[in-house]
Amino acid sequence: MYRYDTTDQRIIDERVAQYRDQMARHLAGELSVDELRPLRLQNGLYIQRHGPMLRIAIPYGMLAAAQLRKLAEISRRYDRGVGHFTTRQNMQLNWPQLEETPDILGELASVEMHAVQTSGNCVRNITTDHFAGCAPDEITDPRPYCELLRQWSTFHPEFAYLPRKFKIAVNAAADDRAVIRAHDIGLGLVIDDTGEIGFRVFVGGGLGRTPILGKLIREFLPRRHLLSYLDAILRVYNRYGRRDNMYKARIKILVQALGIEEFARQVDAEWAYLQDGPTTVPDAEFARIAHHFAPPPWETLPAEDSAHAARLSSDKAFANWVKRCVHVHKTPGYAAVTLSLKAPGVAPGDITDAQMLAVADLADRFSFGELRVTHEQNVVLADIRQRDLYEVWQIARSHRLATANIGLLTDMICCPGGDLCALANARSIPIADAVQQKFDDLDYLYDIGDISLNISGCMNSCGHHHVANIGILGVDKNNEEWYQITVGGQQGNAATIGKVIGPSFYAQEVPLVIEALIDVYRENRGDSERFIDTLQRIGIEPFKARAYAGRDRRRVAKVDSNEKELVNA
Amino acid sequence: MPRIIKNESIVDDNWQVLTLAEGDTPESLRLPAEPALVPLAVWLTRRDELIATPAPLGVWLDSHEGPEALAADIARFAVIGVNFPKFTDGRSYSTARLLRERYHYAGEIRALGDVLQDQIFYMRRCGIDAYALRANKDIDKALAGLRVFSETYQAAADQPQPLFRRRFAREAA
Repeated sequence: MYRYDTTDQRIIDERVAQYRDQMARHLAGELSVDELRPLRLQNGLYIQRHGPMLRIAIPYGMLAAAQLRKLAEISRRYDRGVGHFTTRQNMQLNWPQLEETPDILGELASVEMHAVQTSGNCVRNITTDHFAGCAPDEITDPRPYCELLRQWSTFHPEFAYLPRKFKIAVNAAADDRAVIRAHDIGLGLVIDDTGEIGFRVFVGGGLGRTPILGKLIREFLPRRHLLSYLDAILRVYNRYGRRDNMYKARIKILVQALGIEEFARQVDAEWAYLQDGPTTVPDAEFARIAHHFAPPPWETLPAEDSAHAARLSSDKAFANWVKRCVHVHKTPGYAAVTLSLKAPGVAPGDITDAQMLAVADLADRFSFGELRVTHEQNVVLADIRQRDLYEVWQIARSHRLATANIGLLTDMICCPGGDLCALANARSIPIADAVQQKFDDLDYLYDIGDISLNISGCMNSCGHHHVANIGILGVDKNNEEWYQITVGGQQGNAATIGKVIGPSFYAQEVPLVIEALIDVYRENRGDSERFIDTLQRIGIEPFKARAYAGRDRRRVAKVDSNEKELVNA
Repeated sequence: MPRIIKNESIVDDNWQVLTLAEGDTPESLRLPAEPALVPLAVWLTRRDELIATPAPLGVWLDSHEGPEALAADIARFAVIGVNFPKFTDGRSYSTARLLRERYHYAGEIRALGDVLQDQIFYMRRCGIDAYALRANKDIDKALAGLRVFSETYQAAADQPQPLFRRRFAREAA
């Protein structure tokens, strides 16, 4: 993975000093609450329901074992021994002390980490495929491009005070595992007929209050132009994006208002001045960064390990885990492993300090000392020898990291919700917990098969509910928690925004409604049809009818007009 | 006399910043004999009159006003102000870069409005070289804001080469 040189390190150290000074001035009364706000947000510090929350950047989800050990230490020393992985592949600490945050950033800098631009109206953490570098369907490793973008976006002087936050994702595989069209800019790596690497550029996607999939703005952008072209997009957005209403300030609203053709014309007009300028990236820079992501020293191994095959047939629990949590690797004899952070009774994406240490040890022993955080809030060990899988499973299981539910109903994406987040309209963790309790039978989960269920506690949609087969959104009606359900969303190449099935439900109804939706699927599914396939074939109506069967919604009919307003605002 | 930061030191400054108050129109605004930054609308309306005065010329752009309207006259100005109505309004960063990098404006670019210590590093990178700090702030302390980072990744108005080009140049040297 990328290692800092002395310049990268100096920049991060100077950032810590800057923040330390800002915090000191704030505590001395020289920097008001309002003046501090954007500064602390651009260092990942929110003021939440119970106090501060610190969001630590994990650039494109890559972590070295030593960095995870540092996170374990920080979470123990400065927090309550728990970290929470987010859909931007970052980690949140929910209980730090305001005064101690400069020290935390100092600790992070000692392992080449930071919390730069994990919040605020600026370019956020770049995300990508958690199987980068090991996926069989990969064109080339996306991480060098992510790192190039990390450096370009870090303290970009022109784009630190954009109209609103700005998210970029990169995919370089046949299957999009980074949901690039749900981003302000989505980059799909492609190689043209001449062998040149470039990007299909999508712009104006995003979830939140107005979910929209990104539109194609450029069919092929040669990679050397990546930064100057992004400068052009960001400049048009910075100058002309709306600033009068924060709910209409994302780039998607500007793209929608102008139309993609006119927006593209304005970007091209701007780019004409920037193209081929000094920000054009030379091949030598791509090579310099790519060198950091050189493949680890994989051994030459047979494609099938006989001992592994024997264990698969003798140990059903192991076989189940392999089926759900072990993924094909491009190198014979190797596999990628997902460690599930979706054990029953645990908030999705939460990891304890002891688990962090266990994962770091696993990475050191079995996976070249590196790991990845997924946007689905799990952890991936990317380079495990097939013959080590059994031992990895046993160790992972002893730390409750081997729930065999990846891609199943209980592998939920879930935001922290109203228990912790000040923005939330409703709690989301208790809903996740109720779903886990309702669907606690693994055989039943296997029977349901591949399905995605995501939960967001408010319209900001941190839980990606719009792109889930079943999405749950917390809404507030007269200070009561209600939950709106969408179906038919999906990630991947066929990314789709889900549709609302109707008026929202009480919290206690949610697991029953999910069960009703699942029942409709199981009664109607054809051979090897997934939930989403059946839904697309038979349509939303049978699901809707079953979800509301026996539930009187008349009482809330009037309130629902408010809800609609909230949803469509 | 008011003080501003200019070229990394604090100097006395006698430029007035004119604004259109209620009831004023660009045509009716009284122009002082002393150097003044006039609103863009005044410049566009009374360009010839302003050019004819002996005082050095100044204009200021609000955050929603681009530099395009000044392009043909850019070399006439001694000072161009760029306004930050709120420090979280980032449009004038783009304006400043365009003035420097596209229109090759070589005079003073002055940050006006909600100008604070913690933003002036980025402002300088975008080509702003004078800062009329918000009146209730300690201008002497704010100077430190210009020296926060000793190195930067991107090309900008203060540094035409991005770090990735300079890294190679350093290694080659």
